Amino acid sequence: MDIHSVPQEGNATLGGHRKAMYARDADGRMVIAPSRGWEVEEIVTTHAVETLQALAATARERVRAGLASPLEYWMYERRMDTALLAQTSGFWQWRVKRHLRPEIFARLSAAQLERYAHALGLSPDTIRHLP
Amino acid sequence: MNFQHQHAAHCESGVISSLMRQNGVPMSESLAFGLSAGLAFAYLPFIKLSGLPLIAYRALPRAIIKGLIAPLAARFRFETFRTPLAGQQRLDALLASGQIVGLQTSVYWLPYFPPDMRFHFNAHNLVVYGKDGDDYLVSDPVFEEPQRCASADLSRARFAKGALAPKGLLYYPTSIGRKSVTPQAVCDAIRKNCRAMLAPVPIAGVRGMRLLANKVQALPAGSPQSAAFIGHIVRMQEEIGTGGAGFRFIYAAFLQEAALLAQRPSLSQFSERLTAIGDAWRALALKAARMVKGREPLDPPAIADLLRKQAVQEEAFFRDLKIAVR
Repeated sequence: MDIHSVPQEGNATLGGHRKAMYARDADGRMVIAPSRGWEVEEIVTTHAVETLQALAATARERVRAGLASPLEYWMYERRMDTALLAQTSGFWQWRVKRHLRPEIFARLSAAQLERYAHALGLSPDTIRHLP
Repeated sequence: MNFQHQHAAHCESGVISSLMRQNGVPMSESLAFGLSAGLAFAYLPFIKLSGLPLIAYRALPRAIIKGLIAPLAARFRFETFRTPLAGQQRLDALLASGQIVGLQTSVYWLPYFPPDMRFHFNAHNLVVYGKDGDDYLVSDPVFEEPQRCASADLSRARFAKGALAPKGLLYYPTSIGRKSVTPQAVCDAIRKNCRAMLAPVPIAGVRGMRLLANKVQALPAGSPQSAAFIGHIVRMQEEIGTGGAGFRFIYAAFLQEAALLAQRPSLSQFSERLTAIGDAWRALALKAARMVKGREPLDPPAIADLLRKQAVQEEAFFRDLKIAVR
């Protein structure tokens, strides 16, 4: 890549940061050039973020309809899935899946809620309800 | 403490070159990357990140650090911990003794990352060079400026769970036998990288590219999962780390340095050739992104075709490079 073609398209997902790229300068040397971002990166990152946000939005509807516990919403809101939440909280995955059912979630002890809250980096009160 | 932060394209090569410079070895990011034979391709369908397979365009985590042991006759200490408390105490003790430390962390739990970049990806690397009150002074090579990170946040990031869990990993060099790079080490590293790219295993190197191409070929054209998969290829390529094109450009920079260090001017031409291959990876990324965005119809076979072309180019490149350093 030529140093003049280092993209400066202002990728919003970089949050104003610049990333280092290697490009060829006028003398043909490869040097580090800061880039404000490339549209391509923005598209695929935004796409990935939107996929995760859609999971959270679906979960929110399911919680409202009484089909899922708030834990399902918060799990997706924190960009996790049951496998990662199981590893982070220390519960077996089959238990995490059970806890996504509202009637079973409602019976969790304070200590169990605390484990989920810690795994999600939130307070136990927060994860009991939708925001 | 006297510490010089430097912006880098990739976290692991950035961290390790930073640790080396701090210990008196003149080393650029690209030299660290090349010397450790860091360029790779691997398609690992059995490691899932948010349900999608791991596609690596560089050697697996820690390989860049370990790759420097032989060429520099260096010794490193790697420590992992059972509890966050033990990990933090050890980090504090090392910092208090004046040691600059490399860490493996998750990206998600680092508050200084922009929100859209915070995925559960556990193989990020950064340098901690001091502590000020409750804040660690962080030199994260993919950021232009040094950062600060509260101790509770850093602890979470170090002890995140999931694929490639860091388990609090910290590392630092304990001794460095050679402070300069020999021509022999440069040629050995290039040969090693050629072997890795031409390896006779189906998931690695150019064969891994072909395997991925076959997988893409079989994706149904109309399904949103196909778009997610194709987007994922590009995201692994361009965002997490710097990806396929970015890594090829780093290696191209290394080949220029290698031409001087090893007194083999022909390597400069290989640098140009690899830059062109990197540009083609970028063209592939552009096409894939347009499909993900819906600006052109989703066409998995077209992406598969481009992947196969990359495989052909890289196979020829590494065969020729292998001969050039014989």
